[in-house]
Amino acid sequence: MNDSFQLDGAEITIEEGQTVLQAALTAGHYIPHLCYHPEFKPHGSCKLCTVKVNGRTAASCTMPAEAGMTVENNIEELNALRRTLVQMLFAEGNHFCPSCEKSGNCVLQALGYDLGVHSAGFRHLYPDRPVDASHPEILLDFNRCILCELCVRASSEVDGKSVFALSGRGITKHLIVNAESGLLKDTSIALDDKAMQVCPVGVILKKRIGFSQPIGERRYDQRPISAQALDDAPPHTPEVGSNCDVCEDAP
Amino acid sequence: MVSNTRVNTSHADLSLDQADVKQLDIIVQRHSYDATHLLQILIEIQECYGYIPPESISYIAEKLDIPRVRIESVASFYSFLHLQPHGDFRVLFSDNITDRMLGSSELMQQMCHQLWVQPGKVSEDGLVSINTTSCTGMCDQGPAMLVNGLAITRLSHQRVQEIGQLIRNRTPLAKWPNNFFRIEDNIHRKEMLLGNQLLPGDALHSALKLGGENIIDAIKTSSLRGRGGAGFPTGQKWEACRNTTGEAHYVVCNADEGEPGTFKDRVLLTSYADLVFEGMTLAALAVGAKQGFLYLRGEYRYLLEPLRTVLECRRENNLLGKNILGKNGFDFDIAIHLGAGAYICGEESALIESLEGKRGVPRNRPPFPVTHGYLQQPTVVDNVETLCHAVLAIHMGAENYKSIGTEKSSGSKLISVSGDCPRPGIYEYPFGVSIREVLNDCGAVNTRAVQISGPSGICVAKHEFDRKLGFEDLPTAGAFMVFDDSRDLFEVARNFVHFFAHESCGFCTPCRAGTLMLKQTMDKIAAGHGTKHDLNEVENLDHVLQTTSHCGLGRSACNPVLHTLKHFHPSYENRLKSLDFEPAFDLDGALARARQMTGRDDAGAHLKPEEI
Repeated sequence: MNDSFQLDGAEITIEEGQTVLQAALTAGHYIPHLCYHPEFKPHGSCKLCTVKVNGRTAASCTMPAEAGMTVENNIEELNALRRTLVQMLFAEGNHFCPSCEKSGNCVLQALGYDLGVHSAGFRHLYPDRPVDASHPEILLDFNRCILCELCVRASSEVDGKSVFALSGRGITKHLIVNAESGLLKDTSIALDDKAMQVCPVGVILKKRIGFSQPIGERRYDQRPISAQALDDAPPHTPEVGSNCDVCEDAP
Repeated sequence: MVSNTRVNTSHADLSLDQADVKQLDIIVQRHSYDATHLLQILIEIQECYGYIPPESISYIAEKLDIPRVRIESVASFYSFLHLQPHGDFRVLFSDNITDRMLGSSELMQQMCHQLWVQPGKVSEDGLVSINTTSCTGMCDQGPAMLVNGLAITRLSHQRVQEIGQLIRNRTPLAKWPNNFFRIEDNIHRKEMLLGNQLLPGDALHSALKLGGENIIDAIKTSSLRGRGGAGFPTGQKWEACRNTTGEAHYVVCNADEGEPGTFKDRVLLTSYADLVFEGMTLAALAVGAKQGFLYLRGEYRYLLEPLRTVLECRRENNLLGKNILGKNGFDFDIAIHLGAGAYICGEESALIESLEGKRGVPRNRPPFPVTHGYLQQPTVVDNVETLCHAVLAIHMGAENYKSIGTEKSSGSKLISVSGDCPRPGIYEYPFGVSIREVLNDCGAVNTRAVQISGPSGICVAKHEFDRKLGFEDLPTAGAFMVFDDSRDLFEVARNFVHFFAHESCGFCTPCRAGTLMLKQTMDKIAAGHGTKHDLNEVENLDHVLQTTSHCGLGRSACNPVLHTLKHFHPSYENRLKSLDFEPAFDLDGALARARQMTGRDDAGAHLKPEEI
């Protein structure tokens, strides 16, 4: 008999070593998240997955799941916080969805729509972030970087290359590449690297395939992210269904 | 090293010639090619070259067998390290509110003018850069600055003039007048800690008779609580560490005294270093550690050599090293690691990351350092003052110790008094002292407010001066900044908000973006464009930061504004427009350039009020 906790009234079974978010996703319950990726150790930087555990807020991706916890997730108070966090991410970078190759496949955009972010909320910072087009096959558009470190983690943990890292501190924090020239062409990145596949926004792009899939027919154009995020969830235990009905029925 | 390097600077030729290679080899060898020493290696490279040349990064990346991007990533995190040439003389004015109240802004302007350089930029000839830095821990003798990492205090127009001249003449720092670098202790009141008569080793002798477990029992009985601000029970921390099995246990002394307005650790490390190291050795005996680290904030770089001398002396007297005081198997030694300008490294898990040669980003907790600390091994991290108190508690006996102070706050506390008073400095009181009493002792008059425990603490107004320092009422890390009735508390809060934005590590979204947005809002109010809407925004930001931030920095970033809003509302009201909302964008201000170009400033060149 496994331990379990309560998530918005539902009973969630805990597997050894799972965090709250992992256990919830495994059990077919969606908690909004952005910097979490099932193949990597939880990171806890975007804070979108903030829930209330026994009345106290915590990032669910890093919070170890414990028996008997009471977790609140889909409540207006938390969704309001998440909206503000998404607004902050939009304001600190340069995000122009209509002209972005990632539009419709972008997790940040999808979360914005799903959470009901209708305005910028904050004054845009318009940071100066030149693109790196030096590589013959790959474009880096730093304007859209949300500093989730997924490419950093993928490149070092999976590819064994450390092509990416974060530089600077505070609001000046930014993505850099592993070359004395500072240019992607002088790194060992390759098209089949894991780091090429994990960017949730439109920073790391393969050249010459732009807009080959029309906007309107892309992943999150079909169904909201809350109804799809469970597709990427960690391997399910046999008795649990692949998707929860509640999420499927969400608008 | 770089092909287009300027000539005329003392480190002009930076091509990676044999001398450079030799120099870099000496540095990495000294650190046994150990990547956990990366920050120390970078600090030493910068001390050689004045910055960290890109070629040196590639070279040490190869030697340490780590990607160069990791080195760049670490170096760029610390504000004292530079990846581009930053001037042969790097001047940083301490920018705490107490420095400002003593005229630091004007002094900085004066120096910029004298040396023809803009703040934050390097002069055309590569001679000098001038900028501000967070509080350097010299508030009792400010205004203060750092020149190439060394502290100079008691700045005046004359002294700044002299320094400017020395820089212009390229006089090496070693030949500058000695008295520029004199740092006073300014101790004004002594109790059990500052008045102690212990000799090195006294408490260790008592402790050896007790043995590890009994030491922890005694510390628990003494009810000693951490002096860094959070007040965690020290005995409980030591016990948890001792009870965790691991390959090795570690003791870390947190001497990253970064909270603006705090300087008591500076004094302890200057004149009571033996007591600090004795406390670390005591902790090592209690938890079973063989290795200790003292993490010294970069601003106290000048203390490094004196502290090493004390360590050497303790080794000679068998108070460190193998079989301490003849006790078989009691081996312990201490290494000093330097910080490099990052307030966040005062947070214990960020400090450990920094100690491991990484960016000082706070870890996800749990697990806590007592079980997974330095190199994922059980580690106790204690404040400088806490370790001194542990020595006192063992030496005088737990019950005697506990009889001093109040019920929940045993012992005494060092208070760093600065700001508007004639006798700033260090005051030691048993816990439970009232704010009024401290104000009387330091001679403060017409006091409007006191900021307790720095920007992340609380602002106490006149009607609350009978409140007491201690965990029951006002917990404090020791900062006590006094503001008299000539001071504008809005400007105090704005200074603190700038501090948090500058020191945010940038890991989590709310703190990285939120502290900046808070800063922009305060600047908007300061510029006379604030409205009620902006005050609501501050409250909204506070809620987001409080509930979602990764660590205490983000959670306390709004405190200065909320506390001053509560007590000093008129300071804000006077600045607000009688509108409900005004955009951050200043329409009329945007025309300033056009007015300048056309040489017009008449009414027709301005927008009419109803158009704005």
